Order: sequence, then structure tokens, then C-alpha cells
Amino acid sequence: MSNVPADLRYLKSHEWARLEADGTLTIGISDHAQQALGDLVFVEAPEPGRRVTAGEACAVVESVKAASDVYSPVSGEVVAGNADLGGQPELINSDPYGAGWIMRVRPDDKAQFAAMLDAKAYAAALAAETH
Amino acid sequence: MGLRTPLFDTHVAAGARTVDFGGWDMPVNYGSQIEEHHAVRRDAGMFDVSHMCVVDLRGDRVRDYLRRLLANDVAKLTQPGKALYSCMLRDDGGVIDDLIVYYMDDRWYRMVVNAGTRDKDLEWLRQQAGGYGVAVEPRLDLAMIAVQGPNARQKAAGVMDPALADRALQLGQFFGVEAGGLFIARTGYTGEDGWEIMLPAGRAAQFWQQLRDAGIVPCGLGARDTLRLEAGMNLYGNDMDETTSPLESGLGWTVAWEPQDRDFIGRAALAAQKANANTRKFVGLLVEERAVLRSHQKVIVPAVGEGEVTSGTFSPTLQRSIGLARVPAQTADRCEVEIRGKLVHARVVRPPFVRNGKATVAL
Repeated sequence: MSNVPADLRYLKSHEWARLEADGTLTIGISDHAQQALGDLVFVEAPEPGRRVTAGEACAVVESVKAASDVYSPVSGEVVAGNADLGGQPELINSDPYGAGWIMRVRPDDKAQFAAMLDAKAYAAALAAETH
Repeated sequence: MGLRTPLFDTHVAAGARTVDFGGWDMPVNYGSQIEEHHAVRRDAGMFDVSHMCVVDLRGDRVRDYLRRLLANDVAKLTQPGKALYSCMLRDDGGVIDDLIVYYMDDRWYRMVVNAGTRDKDLEWLRQQAGGYGVAVEPRLDLAMIAVQGPNARQKAAGVMDPALADRALQLGQFFGVEAGGLFIARTGYTGEDGWEIMLPAGRAAQFWQQLRDAGIVPCGLGARDTLRLEAGMNLYGNDMDETTSPLESGLGWTVAWEPQDRDFIGRAALAAQKANANTRKFVGLLVEERAVLRSHQKVIVPAVGEGEVTSGTFSPTLQRSIGLARVPAQTADRCEVEIRGKLVHARVVRPPFVRNGKATVAL
């Protein structure tokens, strides 16, 4: 079974987001997503300063198996991409909710974060997907 | 639910993720595909390949039958147990399947065909068999385990009957031997030394466990694909199919043109293609940028034309993206590949990329 931390919010497309104390969101892909993709080999994170729109594909994670877009859950400005993933894409496999974070975004409107799935709803969506 | 091999429950119990492959539920990995890949390149790994179909062909004229049926020539096989890789072609030169055939004795050859093509292969084999009085018997009672890697044979020999292990360790490349209910062949699909072992389905789970206890790492189809691609080996359905000939698929070396009077199925069509200077060629590609080649990506050869990636992956051994592609005949040593909307430079190289743990292309 995959790990779905209770303190995060999720999209059905398997991104997670955490609201940081400074009001930014840290965004990555879920444990389920990394398991389904298999070993990650390349990650293309967005550049700081880039404007993103909710639902926009703004990063790419590529595994031995497939390339997959990562969607921003909110509109806002990218404040950081995880530079460590350039040399160590496998951080997403080993620590998807920690060292394997992909980008940090300052949301225009926190209501978009609040509208994301909570852990219970995401776990239910996963259960529905695998049955 | 798909078809299951005798080892399916073993794989699930070991935590395998399974996928559909040619109608079979098969393990794709047991955790990390890359670690499984390295296990085969550096030590010893094993694959459940029981989904592949063993077919025994028997009859007084079985040799004549196979000399008509296959693009390679079984007349090359003069020693019992010797194996030959060949394509089986349609009249128009399209590849029905690629296979291995073993010469067992003058009345018996053993063939191994792909899982996804099993039904059409058997139909074709039977259709052609009539005039030769050859009996076509699929051996659905057999399981098959491939042990591969520099230490695979030694480790596997340790769990076998000593007399049989001795015989198996003496096998030359591309030879097989049957004894004690097992058929062991020094063949594989990884570019490493190893054996492919056929055994009764009922013994498979116990044997798998013994191999595992001997330190051989279970590997899924994911690693099998990256290994075979590094080894420059074709995958039926990706790199060739009924719409492409062996000459356009890097398999010209498997077509036996001599003797000239051997009239194998597809010969006339291949001869016409061979004479045509515009017949597409099959090459390896190496990408230096951070992008992964995948099948069906478009290849652009400036001022020459276009082609297509037939297989692509990230090579765990080379730490580069590699692929196989069908391209215009005039393609030189550079091309571009359209990857996710961007053009990426690629070098045209001659496969294999890796053999026996070592890079065989300049990086």
C-alpha cells in the first residue's frame, strides 16, 4: 500500500502540496505515483519566477517506463525548483514527500489549495482507481 | 485477469508489481528495476519466461519443413542441442515472429516463440506442416526460467543435481542439453552469459526458491527490456512485425541466402528489398541530452528524410538514453529525434550498446 500523509493536500493526478509557514506551497508527486512510474531517471523542474496557472503542466518526471507531466494545483509564481533532483532523480522514489519535492509556488489565492483533496479523499480516489 | 505462469503466486508473494504482457500477468519489477538491471550486469538475476511458448516439432521431414519455414537455415545445425535464431516470414517478407530453434535429433526440433504471437504462430506452423507430415506440439506443461549474469551459471549449478550441473557447465554458447526432466540452454536475452532452463511446471516454484536462496535476484520484465535493449536485441512487436522485413530491422544477419536454391518463405520479397538501395536501415541511437527515447518518436535526418524510434529507454549501465530506430538508407552518423515537442540531437551508432557488462559504443 502506498503512503498518504494526513497533513498534505492532493490532486487526483497524484500531486501533493504542503502549505509552508511563509505562505508558499511545496509540491511533489505522491508515493503512489512514484511507485507506478518506477525508477525516476530525469526530472525537469520549472525555473523560479515562472508564472503558472492551476492545472498547467509545469514539470516533467521521467522514469525508466514513461514520462509524466506534473500539474500545478494553484495559479501563482514559482519560487524554487528542487535542484537536487538534477543529479539525484531517485530522491522522488526514496522520499517522495521530503527530499523528493519538485517545486515551490507562491499561490495567488489560497482557496485553490483549500479546494484540493484531503488525505482521506485522495486515498479513496486511489482505492477506486485500483479496483 | 490475464494468463498466469506457474510462478505467478511466487511473484506476488515477493511483492512484484505486475503488468499485462501479451495477455499474461507478468512481474514488471520487484521494487527497483534499475537494481534488478545491475544485478544481471554485475552478478546474477533471473526471469520467469514461462509465458514464452515451447513447441516441439517432430517428423521424418521436419528438417525440410524448417528449411522452407525459416529465413535462417537449420542445415547449419549439425550437433545435437545446437540453437539457431531466426525469423519466420510471410510471403511478402513481413516478420511473423522471431524465435530460437534447437536441433534435438533428426526427427525432432524444439522451437521457442514469443508469448504474444503464440496463437498465430501455432496456426502458421500447423498450416505449413501438412505437406511434410510434421507434428506440432506446444509444450504448455513446461515452465521456463532464465538465469543471467556473470555469476548466474555458477550459482544455478550449485542447486542442481551434480551430474547435470557438470553437463550444463560444459555447454558452449548457444547449445542446450536435456537431462533429468530439465532442458538447459546457454542462451538469453540480456547480453550476459547464462542459461535458459525449461522444466515441468510443477517443479518451477521450488526451483525458483532454490535459485533465490543461491543468491540469484528475481528480475521483472522492466529490467529484461533495458537489458535486451542495451544488448541491441530486437523485441517483436516493437522493432519488427508483419509490416517490416528482417532487412529493415537489423536482422539481415539472420537471413541465410546460401544455398541459393533453398526456397524459404519470403525469399523473393527479401531479394527484391535487398536489391533496392532505398530500403530503410535499422540503427542504434545515443542521446546526450536529458531526454529519454521512446518507441514511436519521430526521427528527423536533415536533408534526407524521416524515420521512427522503435524501442527506447534510459540505459542504467551507460547512464544515457539509448534506442533503436528505423531510418532512411542514406542516414549518416547524426539525426534528430522529436521528444515531447522538442528536437533533440542523437548520434547514430551500431548496436549493441553493452555486452558482458562493458560499453561497446563510444560515449
